Amino acid sequence: MAAKIEAPALREYPTVPTLAPGAMAESKPYVANEKMQEALGFPGQLVDDWQEKALGRMSELLANYRSLRVYMDACVHCGACTDKCHYFIGTQDPKNMPVARQELMRSVYRRYFSVAGRLMPQLVGARDLTKEVLDEWYNYFNQCSECRRCSVFCPYGIDTAEVTMAAKEILDCVGYGQKYSNEIIGKVHRIGNNLGLPGPALEDTLLGLEEDVKEDTGVDVRFPLDEAGAEVLLVTPSADFFAEPHVDSLVGYAKVFHQAGIRWTLSSKASEAGNFGMFIGNYDQLRKIALRIREAALELGVKRIVVGECGHAWRVAYSFWNTLTGIGAGADDPFAVMLQKQLDHRYKQPSHICEVTWDLIQRGALSLDKEANDHRIITFHDSCNVARGSRMGDSAGGQFEIPRAIIRSVANKYVDMAPDTTHEKTFCCGGGGGLLTDELMELRVKGALPRMEALQQVVDNHGVNFMATICAICKAQFTKVLPYYGFKMGMVGGVHQLVSTAIQLGAKS
Amino acid sequence: MSTASIGFAIAFYLAAAVFGAGLALRIALYGRTPAPLKIPTTPAPTTAAGVAFRMFREVAFFESLFKANLWLWGLGWLFHVSLALVILRHLRYFTEPVWGWVAFVQPFGIYAGLAMVAGLAGLWLRRVVLERIRYISTPSDHLILALLILIGISGLMMKFVSHTDIVAVKAFFLGLMRFDWQPLPSDGPLYVHLSLVVVLLVVFPFSKLLHAPGIFFSPTRNQVDNPREARHLAAWAARLEKN
Repeated sequence: MAAKIEAPALREYPTVPTLAPGAMAESKPYVANEKMQEALGFPGQLVDDWQEKALGRMSELLANYRSLRVYMDACVHCGACTDKCHYFIGTQDPKNMPVARQELMRSVYRRYFSVAGRLMPQLVGARDLTKEVLDEWYNYFNQCSECRRCSVFCPYGIDTAEVTMAAKEILDCVGYGQKYSNEIIGKVHRIGNNLGLPGPALEDTLLGLEEDVKEDTGVDVRFPLDEAGAEVLLVTPSADFFAEPHVDSLVGYAKVFHQAGIRWTLSSKASEAGNFGMFIGNYDQLRKIALRIREAALELGVKRIVVGECGHAWRVAYSFWNTLTGIGAGADDPFAVMLQKQLDHRYKQPSHICEVTWDLIQRGALSLDKEANDHRIITFHDSCNVARGSRMGDSAGGQFEIPRAIIRSVANKYVDMAPDTTHEKTFCCGGGGGLLTDELMELRVKGALPRMEALQQVVDNHGVNFMATICAICKAQFTKVLPYYGFKMGMVGGVHQLVSTAIQLGAKS
Repeated sequence: MSTASIGFAIAFYLAAAVFGAGLALRIALYGRTPAPLKIPTTPAPTTAAGVAFRMFREVAFFESLFKANLWLWGLGWLFHVSLALVILRHLRYFTEPVWGWVAFVQPFGIYAGLAMVAGLAGLWLRRVVLERIRYISTPSDHLILALLILIGISGLMMKFVSHTDIVAVKAFFLGLMRFDWQPLPSDGPLYVHLSLVVVLLVVFPFSKLLHAPGIFFSPTRNQVDNPREARHLAAWAARLEKN
């Protein structure tokens, strides 16, 4: 199957692609089976009265989400977003233009929720919600990674991710869910993490890592699990436990805590930072998954909650945790109040691992040998959810500065990619939003095109051989996709992988 | 008084009512609908004052559009700024005595009228010529442009081609405001101009023209980026806490 997929040619001077209508009409992920759907409280399969149910849910979402309410009305079809989506650039399918993707829902909104669409559907582009339209929703809303790049350029800030999330929620509610995301959410509830790694296996893995690091450095660096009374609870994507190159960053976090003398622990209950509840736009799931972190923090009595390298997890942690669970400040339910009392408010709650490491570097708490990374010429891929849905540090834009500052502190050779592809204008890796599944490989390869073009430029001009990123999905996606474009899969890695290389453990402990 | 004058008088009252009530209801709906999660497009301001400044830049200079596409920004901004000036120029028909600054903008308003039509023509050309913009256009997108251009052209005709008795026009509108109806000059371009304005007023609260109030309620633009410092909780989400 993989052999059939060909990466699009890199364009020397990226221009707006010509349209190829229907190019991706058949691209769709597997539908969730009954068991997966019902585990999350959704109907097992498409219900008979799906149209009524879908419109009913849409009406509720319009009443509950100002974003959706305003965004359904405000678009003027100006076209500012048309050439901004990586999936459109890579596939040329016009329905992957953000405005056209929104129109899939907006046309239905107009038909049932607007005066003009009820009276003159043709005039304003309103459509009945037929089975064909529902199928089109399924296919094309599963070609949006919810990366929000379009929202940067929209004069009204219309965020296609909000529309996609609403569409996925409606699809789930009529029994038309996506297998990959819903299966993963089931695993989080059943086992504790997205990859379905049970507690004992996790313990084994961590012991193995302790041995590896000992062998490597001669130092006893611990990878503690469920240790009550630790200062820091580290919540990290479960891919960090065994996937390459993710695990190298986990080693990096451990070394940082070790050298700084911070007692930390992982939790088998909260052994996953990722929260696919966001991807499927379901507030209840988003909240339930987030509450696991609060429970774990209370049980373990930690003073600080730190999140590992995971893009959407950091968006959820930074932007939503306080709302969902009262981690942060200002909640008044008993558990949140208990947690507030327990946490050490001299630190930001939650903190990103990069905030922790950068703070330690600034205080001179880490002994770093930049030359250890001299075999690498490094660039940094801003992960979409970190870049456009969160922050680090005290000022706007800290999410760009802090990871780069860390890299510059642990390595000598660093270059940025083209400015139109970094910071808030960064391109999604092509695998976010619950699309990191094999049956969507063609979409993933094509969606990576703009990032690959930018990478090629710095490879050609500066000899870059390492692209650092702080997202488990980015790492997994690039590992898979880089070879399609003639790059080595080992080119991608974590920021803390670089820290891990540079840190001199004997020196300061 | 002519039937046409009476017709226009009634039409303007109705149009103003639809416009005012329609817009007020829509704004109330936007205001009433909660935003359950913090979703500012970051990097975002960390203070309310910062958000006000961001919104000002967005509304006055179309900052995001500027980042997106210079041609589109240029045409769009030209049209909107010109329209604003044209509307200010028209205030003289509704105030007696005319305010000093309204008198001051009069000459600029004329150039703005020309620039407005030019901007609209450019936007329309873009919509027709560029494949991807043509793809996303609905008939109503073209009709709105046609409506605005015709309003502009019929207005300019009264300035440059066949003058209308604007003193009488002013008397008509002041009469409407004071519930003391006065006759409207019977003039082709004037009838066209005013009829289309009535259509615009009626269409406004039911069309994409809602982008005007919408931008102020857009969570990606109007939220403060301080989720760790202050808890943000919608009423319906707060109820989940009680379970």
